[in-house]
Amino acid sequence: MSEKLQRTALFEAHQALGAKLVPFAGYEMPVQYPMGVLGEHNWTRQNAGLFDVSHMGQGFIVGPDFATSARAMEQLVPADLLGLQPHQQRYSQLLNADGGILDDLMITRAAYTGYEGWLYVVVNASRKDADYAHITAHLPEGVTLQPGVDMALLALQGPKAEAVLAKLNPAVLELSFMHYASLKISGVEAHVSRSGYTGEDGFEISVYAKDAVKLWDLLLRDESVKPIGLGARDSLRLEAGLCLYGHDIDETTSPIEAGLQWSIAKRRRVEGGFIGAERVQRELSEGVSRRRVGIKPDGRAPARDGTEIQDLAGRKIGVVTSGGFGPTVNGPVAMGYVEAALSPVGTAVQLLVRGQALPASVVNLPFATHNFKRT
Amino acid sequence: MHYSKDHEWIVVEGGIATIGITDHAQQQLGDVVFVDLPKVGRVVKANESVATVESVKAASEIYVPVSGEVIAVNDGLTGDPALVNRAAESEAWFMKVKMSDAAELATLMDKAAYDKFVG
Repeated sequence: MSEKLQRTALFEAHQALGAKLVPFAGYEMPVQYPMGVLGEHNWTRQNAGLFDVSHMGQGFIVGPDFATSARAMEQLVPADLLGLQPHQQRYSQLLNADGGILDDLMITRAAYTGYEGWLYVVVNASRKDADYAHITAHLPEGVTLQPGVDMALLALQGPKAEAVLAKLNPAVLELSFMHYASLKISGVEAHVSRSGYTGEDGFEISVYAKDAVKLWDLLLRDESVKPIGLGARDSLRLEAGLCLYGHDIDETTSPIEAGLQWSIAKRRRVEGGFIGAERVQRELSEGVSRRRVGIKPDGRAPARDGTEIQDLAGRKIGVVTSGGFGPTVNGPVAMGYVEAALSPVGTAVQLLVRGQALPASVVNLPFATHNFKRT
Repeated sequence: MHYSKDHEWIVVEGGIATIGITDHAQQQLGDVVFVDLPKVGRVVKANESVATVESVKAASEIYVPVSGEVIAVNDGLTGDPALVNRAAESEAWFMKVKMSDAAELATLMDKAAYDKFVG
């Protein structure tokens, strides 16, 4: 079953930078550069980190006009898409009939002249094929999914990201959180959105694959910018309390259990009308039996994905879905699901690590304060 | 110095083996953030998992290359796990074991053989 690994347009650039390349979601991706995960994490929190996330799936929902496309996609996700302003972006989830999460994704209302009926979506690399099949199967006549071809995606994240990008095009100063602009960056056509997966201010920059190396090299020429691998991407998003598909959310977890109800607008909660709505509406009114929470071990030992969470009597009450060392917190951090009765912040729990019950407590997410650019 | 296939080093002096992980191993692990050491007094068997090293990336088991009794552990690693990255084959030793079978050393590699092993 082993298929040949795919490479992004930046593969040779990663090699030249001395990256350690590993298989990830069918791609050969940089897990770290010579700076190492710890250094890369801290660099991103203090400066600007540059990520190649071209493995992610970029696609387009194409219909005759915005309302038709938005209405079609609203059948598949619980987010309010009809309420999207031109250039605006939302986070949502594709749900199965049981209300479980098939994937999480970003959906943007395009505003290019002649493309008013287009929505731009970004899905997880590992779910790309399944997502596209699911979306295609459920779109009505006249609305289609077009996978992006020969596209690359870069992320520039951190407190200095804005200054770095503004030197190349000051229009980014006007860009607010979860909005995009179509910009020229040193001659390269770029679709720049103010979003990311680190908890820091920053941008995700979609370009044609042919321009990826030029933009990558240009950004790295700034002394505030260093390349960051998937290792630090994971510790950054964990500290930011953001879900990783296949770990913190999957086909068995609902958006309500996962604590993602903020991404479901009131109109959608009331009206429903999306695949999986029955469970979402029931859980909103009757509550859930388990909840995703932050878990802070008292000691120094990290609790990894799969670690059993117990109450103080030693009864299993849940499981860690993401866990490791948080460099910014300077200690171990984790997230997982626990029984709803034991989910309030401050609840003392224990973690079964290598046969030992280690003390921990339920804490608020995120572990590291978000530094998004709100307007 | 002797080396194991599990990337531990061992120095023996008067029947006492000082054990740590190799520089190659720490490079592979990346930034070490936590070290879990055995209790002093524990009787261990060769190739038994007795300690854990956690890096930013993952947890790795440490196997003791020789049998005997743990007579000391390096408590300095608890407060400063990154010492493993800075001085893997010197200051960042993990434990001292009073060996019960000196013949076990014959199963280990010398430096030249280990360097070849990790290529």
